[in-house]
Amino acid sequence: MIELLEYTIPSTMLALVIHALLPLGFILVYALFAIWLERKVAGHVQDRLGPMRVGGWHGWAQTIADMLKLLHKEDIIPTQSNKFLFKMAPYMLFTASYGAFAVIPFSSAYIGSRVDIGVVYLLAILSLLTLSVIMAGWASNNKWSLFGAMRSASQMVSYEVPTVVTVLSVIVVTGSLNLMTVSEMQTGNDLFGFLPNWLILQNPFLVIAFIIFFISILAESHRVPFDLPESESELVAGFQTEYSGMRWGIIMLSEYADMLLLSLLGVTLFFGGWNSPFGVFMAGPLWGFFWFILKGMLLVFVMMWIRWTLPRLRVDQLTYLCWSVLIPVSFINLVLVALWEMIF
Amino acid sequence: MVKVLKEGLLTFKSIFTGMGVTWGHLFEPAVTLQYPEERAILPDHVRNQLFVNIEDCIGCNLCARACPVNCIEIETVKATVGDDLGKTSTGNPKRLWVTQFNIDLARCMYCELCVHPCPTECIYMTSEYEYSEYNRNDLNYKFSNLTPNLVEIYKDKAAREAEKLALEKEEARLKKEKEKLEKESKDKA
Amino acid sequence: MTETSLKTPDSRKMVLNMGPQHPSTHGVLRLELELDGEIVTGVKPHIGYLHRCFEKYAESLDDYSKVVPYTDRLDYVAAMSQEFSYALAVEKLLEIEVPERVEYIRVIMAELQRIASHLLAVGTFGLDLGAFTPFLYCFTEREKILDIFEKASGARLLYNYICIGGLMKDVPSDFKSDTQNFVSTFRPKIKELNDLLTTNRIFINRTAHIGVLPAEVAINYAASGPVLRGSGVSWDIRRDDPYSIYDQLDFNIPIGQGEVGTVGDCWDRYIVRVLEMEESLKIIEQALEKMPEEGDVREKVPKRIKPPEGEVYVRTESPRGELGFYIISDKSPRPYRVKARAPSFVNLSLLPSISLGSMLGDLVAIVGSIDIVLGEVDR
Repeated sequence: MIELLEYTIPSTMLALVIHALLPLGFILVYALFAIWLERKVAGHVQDRLGPMRVGGWHGWAQTIADMLKLLHKEDIIPTQSNKFLFKMAPYMLFTASYGAFAVIPFSSAYIGSRVDIGVVYLLAILSLLTLSVIMAGWASNNKWSLFGAMRSASQMVSYEVPTVVTVLSVIVVTGSLNLMTVSEMQTGNDLFGFLPNWLILQNPFLVIAFIIFFISILAESHRVPFDLPESESELVAGFQTEYSGMRWGIIMLSEYADMLLLSLLGVTLFFGGWNSPFGVFMAGPLWGFFWFILKGMLLVFVMMWIRWTLPRLRVDQLTYLCWSVLIPVSFINLVLVALWEMIF
Repeated sequence: MVKVLKEGLLTFKSIFTGMGVTWGHLFEPAVTLQYPEERAILPDHVRNQLFVNIEDCIGCNLCARACPVNCIEIETVKATVGDDLGKTSTGNPKRLWVTQFNIDLARCMYCELCVHPCPTECIYMTSEYEYSEYNRNDLNYKFSNLTPNLVEIYKDKAAREAEKLALEKEEARLKKEKEKLEKESKDKA
Repeated sequence: MTETSLKTPDSRKMVLNMGPQHPSTHGVLRLELELDGEIVTGVKPHIGYLHRCFEKYAESLDDYSKVVPYTDRLDYVAAMSQEFSYALAVEKLLEIEVPERVEYIRVIMAELQRIASHLLAVGTFGLDLGAFTPFLYCFTEREKILDIFEKASGARLLYNYICIGGLMKDVPSDFKSDTQNFVSTFRPKIKELNDLLTTNRIFINRTAHIGVLPAEVAINYAASGPVLRGSGVSWDIRRDDPYSIYDQLDFNIPIGQGEVGTVGDCWDRYIVRVLEMEESLKIIEQALEKMPEEGDVREKVPKRIKPPEGEVYVRTESPRGELGFYIISDKSPRPYRVKARAPSFVNLSLLPSISLGSMLGDLVAIVGSIDIVLGEVDR
C-alpha cells in the first residue's frame, strides 16, 4: 500500500500522511455506522424501529445529524475543574485507540506499520486508555466522574491480565508477535480438507481462550455487562458526566473505535484475519479488507446483542470474575494450548 | 471447584437463554407507531380537548362549579324582556347571554367532571389531542361568540332594565310606605 | 461547651448527593449518602420535592367527588387502586352499597392495575440493574392494559373512572373479550420475562442476599405490600381484611422464600411481584366469569354528597401495599379531613435500615426493589 501511495503521489511525506490517515477515515465512517447500528439493534430487539426519520431509508443519516448537533453545542467546561486535563482527556482517549490501529492488518496489502512487536505495542498503547479515563474523571471534579474513573481503572487494569494471557496463548501457537505474520499463517483451507486454517479451529483450547478473550474485551471496552465506569443507572454517566458537545462526541467515538479495535484483534488472532473463509475463492487485498471488516462487525454485533440482553455486574463481582475465574482459567488454558502444540 | 464449574455453566446457560429471547424479538414486527404518519385509533369516549357548543349553552354555571381546578370561567348577562334567545337543541329555553365562557386548558386536568352535570350536553371532550401552543395564554380558549360590542349592548340593556326594575321597586316601596303612613294618620285621626 | 458533640468529619468518608435528578431514584427522591469507597455507610432520604398538598387541597374542595381526580395523582402508576380505595371510604361513610356488577368491574380494574403497576416496577427494577430490554417488554404489555382502561374510562393514566357510588360510565361492550384476550396473551409473556431476567445468573447475583429485610424489621416499620411479603410474612389485606368481593374469590398470597438467597432480599421482593401478576390473572378470570352481564353501574347518590358526621378509615391493598384513607366528615359537603396512608412513604422509611454496608450499585437495586412512587411519597 505504502509503495503504491509513494508511486502515485510525488511527495513521500504526503504519501506517509495519507497512509497514516487511512484508518482515521475508516474509523469515522465506521463510528457513524456503528452508532446507527447500535440504535437499530436496540430498537429491533425491543420491538421498536429505532431512528426512522433522518435521511430517508431507516434513518441512515441520524448519527450524521447528531454529530452536527454535537458540533454546534456550547463547549461547557466546569469552573472548578482542572481545565487543561479536562480538555486533553478526550483527545488522549482517542489517540490511544487510534494509535493501536497502526498494527492492525486490514488486508494483505494494508497495515499501518509492520513492526515485529505488533501485539506488545497494541496492548501497551491500550493501557493509555485507562490513563485518559482517569484523567477525564479526575479533572471533572465531580464525585460521579471520580467514581467512574476509579471503577474504570480497577476494571481495565484487572482485565488486561486475562487479555494478555489469552493473546499469549495464541502467540504460543503462532510464534510471532507480528499480526501480519499471524494473519498470513492462517491462509488456506487445509483443515480436514475444507475448513479454513483459522487458529480457533486448529486447537480446541483456543476456543476456551477465545471465550475468555471475548469476555475480557467486553470489559476493556466498557460494554454491558461490564459497563461499570459509565453505568447510567448508578453513576449518572460515570467519567463522562461533565462532558458535553463535541468533547463528549470524541469520547463516544473512541469508545466505538475501541470496540472495533478489540474485535479486529480477536478476528486477527482467532478467525484468520483478512483470510476468506472459502480458501482462494473471494481472496485478494480488497476481498481481504471486506472479510476482515465483516468478521469484525459480526463480533461488534454480538457485543451489541449482549448489551441489550444482560444486566450489569457489580464492582466486586467484576473483579472476582477476573481474578478468581478468568485469570486462573486462562493460565491453565495457556499450559494446555502449549501442551497440545507440543504433542500435535 | 465443582461448585464454580456448575455456577459457570448455569451462568452461560442463562445468558444464552436470554440472548435467545432477544434474538427472537429481533425479527418481530415493531409495536410502535410512526406517529405523525400513523395514528392510534382512539376509542369512542376518549378524554382530550374540552369543547363547548356555545349555541346550546344556557349559562347555568354548573360545569364551572364542578371543576376541581377552576379552569372554567363563565360570565352571564340577564336577557331583557323581549329578547328571544331561542332554545337549545335539547329544548331548554335560554335566558342568559353567555358573555364569557373561557376554558384554560393549561389548567384543565381532563377529569370530565364538568361534562356530567351539564343539562344541555353542550360541554364535552373531543378526541383532539394536538393543540400545543408556544404561548401559554393561547391555551385559554374563549368560546363565547358574542362580540365585545354586543356584550356592551346587552350589559347596558340589562343594567337599564335592572335600574328600571329597581326604580319600579323603589316606587312601589315608597307608595306602600306612603299608604302606610296615610293609614296610620287616618287611624290616629 | 454545650452537649452537642461535633462529629469530626471522617476524611475517609465521602458525602454524595444522589438525586433529586438521578436516573434511578424513580422520580425526585434525594438520598444523602455517606460512602466509604463504594460501600454505603449512611443513607438519608430527603423527600418533598413532589409535594402538592393533596390532603390540604382535598379539605378545601367543596365536594367529596372532586377529590377523586386528585387521588389518581397520588400513585400515578396505579390510579385505579387509589380511586377504588377513596370511593370505598366515602361509601362507607355514606353507608351505601354499590351494585354487584360494579363490584366485579372494580375488582377487575384494580387487578389489571396491579399487573400494570407491577410490570412497571419489575421493568424499572431491571433497568436499575442495567437490563434495558425487559423494561420495554414490560411496557409493551402495560400498554395493552392501558388500552383496556382507555376504552372504559377515556384516559390512559389518570382515569377518574371509579366514582363514589359506582363507576363514571359502563364498560364498553367488548370489555370482557378484550380482558380475556389480554389474560391469555399475557401468561406466555411472564415466562419470557422469567427467561430473560428472573433466572439470569447475573441478575440473581445482583439481587440475592442484597438488602435483606428480616420479617420483624419489616413489621416494626409497618411495611406492607410486596415489601412485607418478600420478607416471608403472609399478609394481604385482600385476604386478611377483605373488602369489596375479594372474599368470594380464590387466590394465593405469594411470599418470599429465599429460593436463591436469604428470605427478604431484593430477589424475593422482585419475585413476589412476578408471582402476584399471575395471581391477579387468576382473580381477573374468576371475576370475569362471575360478573353479571347487565346491570346498573351507579348507585343513587345525592348530587351534593353530605355524609353524616363521623370518621372512617378504609384500607385496601394497592400494588405497593396498604393504602388507607382516613376521612372525617362534619356533615358539610366539604371533607373536614382527608388523610392518605401511602404505602410507598412507609416502605421508603425502611431504606436506611437495610442498605447500610451495601455497595453503591446495591443501593440502586434496593431502592428499585422497594418500588416507590414519589407522587405517593410526597403527596
